[in-house]
Amino acid sequence: MMECKLKKELSAAEGKMILNVDFRLDEGDLIVLYGYSGAGKTSILRMLSGLLTPEDGYINQDSNVWFNAEKKIDLPIQKREIGLVFQDYALFPNMNVEENIYFSLPQKKDKKTAEELIELMELGNLRKQKIQQLSGGQQQRVALARALARKPKLLLLDEPLSALDHGMRTKLQEYILKLHKTYKLTTILVSHDPAEIIKMADKVLVLENGKITKTGTPISIFSENKLSGKFQFTGEVLAKIDEEVVSILHILIGNNVIKSVSAKDEIAHIQKGDKVLVASKAFNPIVTKIE
Amino acid sequence: MIWESLWLTLKLASITTLLLFVIGTPLAYWLSATRSKTKPIWETLVSMPLILPPTVLGFYLLIAFGQSSFLGKFLDDVFGLQLVFSFSGLVLASVIYSLPFMVHPIQSGFSSLPIHLKEAAYSLGKSKTTTFFKILLPNIKPALLTGIVLSFAHTIGEFGVVLMIGGNLPGETRVASIAIYDEVEALNYSGANTLSFILFVLSFAILLSVYLINNKSLNRIVK
Repeated sequence: MMECKLKKELSAAEGKMILNVDFRLDEGDLIVLYGYSGAGKTSILRMLSGLLTPEDGYINQDSNVWFNAEKKIDLPIQKREIGLVFQDYALFPNMNVEENIYFSLPQKKDKKTAEELIELMELGNLRKQKIQQLSGGQQQRVALARALARKPKLLLLDEPLSALDHGMRTKLQEYILKLHKTYKLTTILVSHDPAEIIKMADKVLVLENGKITKTGTPISIFSENKLSGKFQFTGEVLAKIDEEVVSILHILIGNNVIKSVSAKDEIAHIQKGDKVLVASKAFNPIVTKIE
Repeated sequence: MIWESLWLTLKLASITTLLLFVIGTPLAYWLSATRSKTKPIWETLVSMPLILPPTVLGFYLLIAFGQSSFLGKFLDDVFGLQLVFSFSGLVLASVIYSLPFMVHPIQSGFSSLPIHLKEAAYSLGKSKTTTFFKILLPNIKPALLTGIVLSFAHTIGEFGVVLMIGGNLPGETRVASIAIYDEVEALNYSGANTLSFILFVLSFAILLSVYLINNKSLNRIVK
């Protein structure tokens, strides 16, 4: 379990801002920090990892004190046993895939976890590849494996997927969930993609101007007032086909193209290329388990 | 005489470059990483030799290390070290004179590295020293090479500082650039021409190699 109370004045784009947060992490939780950019999400991760020193507060990890302003304790990042993953991957260009992962091992001894991670992240075929030759998704898989090879307890992910395209994101989300469960990690993920958060998070901390304004499960955060048995999606009209009485819209939602039938005059104002909201009551949907 | 002065030039350039690499790399790293308010002062001091007339630098070194100065006397009495009109004096002067040529490329090399590279290494439990040698240095190889070659080439081309603090002692301080001047003074144009031509070709070859290697490594990164 981790208890954190952090306070620091930050200079953001819109001037000075006081970051003042107080939260608890239970072991095995996957917590998402959610909020607009500049709300202080990355700063919290940097303070937890030891890259940024809070002015006041404490960070206690079980019985270990990582930071305590009063007692003037500030454990250096090297000793905090964290895994840190950045949006830009931060892989070492002078090393290949395997060397990047092995680099994190203390004495190059225990390669077991490293090998296990290479297997888990499906990097076996890429071992000897240079970093420059990898795609974004592959690079982030290497970064995840590297961050976990020395078995940290806390995994900090700073918008790890926001540079990737939709398909790759979905895949990487699966990988992260797999790692989180396999190694019983406590994970903090910075994200501002509601779909991603609903899929992954146990708990969401909503951050506004350096304060935590809401805490709860993703469903309770994102479906406020909307919990009425209704599907609601946003999409883009790819085509509009006029029939006798009705018009058929082909709408791209996520990766799927949906055909929707409406009365001609009702959707007369909707054209190809428009962004639209599609909503429907969910009285009797077909729900099937995947896998 | 030609070969003696050429040999002396190459010896001076090699020793100077080696010392500069050892001094300049940590200095460049410090300048790229520091948030100290005195940073502009240090940067100015490093860059001074770029605009200062070499004779000014030479003059002050002459004053500072001459027999009549306290420092010069102290070094001579205690260590038996004479920095005026001696090869070691030339090395010291060259190190100061070529400092920006080593520090500038390496500093911008460090600055161009993403900060996350360093932070990722720290988060993996690696010390600052390990990170420096295993991650930072290997990733700025082109900058290191540029620093080394420019310092070497610049030291070969020195004249004013050398003349002021080193004088013109055969085998001790008469480097190629001084020897050329000497030959012209003696109206021995063919000797001057031989040396000049060798220096010209040497400088061209050195600079060409930097551009060739840097273009190649640039291509490799882009690919």
